[in-house]
Amino acid sequence: MSSVGIVTPQIHRFSEPLLLQSGASIADYTLMFETYGQLNSTRSNAVLICHALNASHHVAGIAADDAGDIGWWDNMIGPGKPLDTNHFFVIGVNNLGSCFGSTGPMHINPATGKPYGADFPVVTVEDWVNAQARLADVLGITQFAAVMGGSLGGMQALSWSTMYPDRLRHCVVIASTAKLSAQNIAFNDVARQAIVSDPDFHGGDFYAHNVVPKSGLRVARMVGHITYLSNDDMAEKFGRDLKSDDYQFGFGVDFEIESYLRYQGDKFSSYFDANTYLLITKALDYFDPARKYDGNLTQALAMTKAQFLVISFTTDWRFSPERSHEIVRALLSNQRNVTYAEIDAPHGHDAFLLEDARYMNLVRAYFERIKDERPENAISVTKKSTEVRA
Amino acid sequence: MNFAELNQLRPDLAFIAHWIAPNTQVLDVGCGDGVMLDYLQTDKSCQGYGIEIEDDQVLACAKRGVQVIQQDMEKGLGLFDDHAFATVLCLSSLQMMKNVEGLLTDIARVGREAIVSFPNFAYWPHRLALLQGRMPVSKTLPYQWYDTPNLRCATIGDFTELANSVGLEVLECVALHNGQPVEWLPNWRGSLAVFRLRRKS
Repeated sequence: MSSVGIVTPQIHRFSEPLLLQSGASIADYTLMFETYGQLNSTRSNAVLICHALNASHHVAGIAADDAGDIGWWDNMIGPGKPLDTNHFFVIGVNNLGSCFGSTGPMHINPATGKPYGADFPVVTVEDWVNAQARLADVLGITQFAAVMGGSLGGMQALSWSTMYPDRLRHCVVIASTAKLSAQNIAFNDVARQAIVSDPDFHGGDFYAHNVVPKSGLRVARMVGHITYLSNDDMAEKFGRDLKSDDYQFGFGVDFEIESYLRYQGDKFSSYFDANTYLLITKALDYFDPARKYDGNLTQALAMTKAQFLVISFTTDWRFSPERSHEIVRALLSNQRNVTYAEIDAPHGHDAFLLEDARYMNLVRAYFERIKDERPENAISVTKKSTEVRA
Repeated sequence: MNFAELNQLRPDLAFIAHWIAPNTQVLDVGCGDGVMLDYLQTDKSCQGYGIEIEDDQVLACAKRGVQVIQQDMEKGLGLFDDHAFATVLCLSSLQMMKNVEGLLTDIARVGREAIVSFPNFAYWPHRLALLQGRMPVSKTLPYQWYDTPNLRCATIGDFTELANSVGLEVLECVALHNGQPVEWLPNWRGSLAVFRLRRKS
């Protein structure tokens, strides 16, 4: 198995305004993306990878400008890897509002000539999918072989199946959910409160003050990170191990877990944008495709046409297997083709990013089986207008 | 997979397959490597799902293109709607369940018909082994008493009673040996009991 090698991102500028679910629209924006492998002559082998909270378009390979920057799903995607770029043309795209190149809160708002900051419109999973569909149009892809994502990325994949049912043959939803629980929203709000209450946040306009709400972002990341790991994994990795020989009888770092979380928080706050964190956690909270069907997910998924691969991890308590069961139950109720695997991995929510032979082999087998599929009957690009949720 | 291949691989499944109508919805509870669904999908145009707990079997199903749901059958069939399937298969796995009655009740809920098979404990070599004072070990019960996954030992007569009590009517009952039906003394000479059942209206 090898890497896709050195990759350089591409940028596409969209001048036509994108109407957002909130009713706002974004006038002029760019999407940053990477591609791996070759689009075949029938344009039928494209796979779209949707990213989660803190990831980007840089899904596989080595960034051209930073040899240490390996794609976040490099273990999954590449020549000879489970999603084999010898057969598939894989696209990673950075979502609107993110901080890795696509238009986001740190960019200049053409209406004011100043960074968007807090004025960046609230974007939803559905808005992202609409933006991704426009990029697919630009790339000449009318139907994806698969749309795939983990966690928040899985929500985007699921939305593709309902919003553009003719534009994907397979939908791969990993460690995801059809809606956040109250507990999930609660954790997100703690994170947001940490950011907005940081004096350096300046109501989201911290760029003008040349500061970053570092301490808020740091706490936000620490809280988030706890939910990505399983209790057992944390116990195994850190236990009650001390940083030094004995208790320090103070409020510094005593335990290894404290040191680890603070390190993760520091690292994160040095590169991630605070407004982006707010936006993306809101997109998570708002996601609920069943909402306009009185909570009936079966109805919400009734128009899907794709075949589904749904995967959960037994120790994931953020988006537990029960959340995947809800998706599977709704798909079964609609008699959709669905394969569901529940991987008994110890790593909690993070398992979707990690090596596990059972997980990787299943994804490999799935893509291996579909790699020679032909595109389904000439499908015209259906440009679905952004429906505003009631 | 065609009939000849299935018959070669699993003659018992080949015998059972003739009971399943083409173009129908099938659920295979404890589907193993998915060979039965593979056959039913390709040769009989059935649409179906398998339920399986073992990772390697789930992988085998995915390789065959069989839609498999990984879950513990002990947890029942809560993922499936009432009357969702024309036929529910539960082949050579019911005997491994703790909650046989619960699963069978759920099978009756989701399927109009069910086909259930299990090793016939009254097969004559088993009776002989017991007469000799030893637990039977045979081709259909290939485990020692201390490592068997088969928690439940039943005979053809025993199962009829339970099926009735959970609301299933016995349409056919066949004893197979090496995949062939046994006509004479089936409860002695058949190593595999196969029941075709229908939900009582």
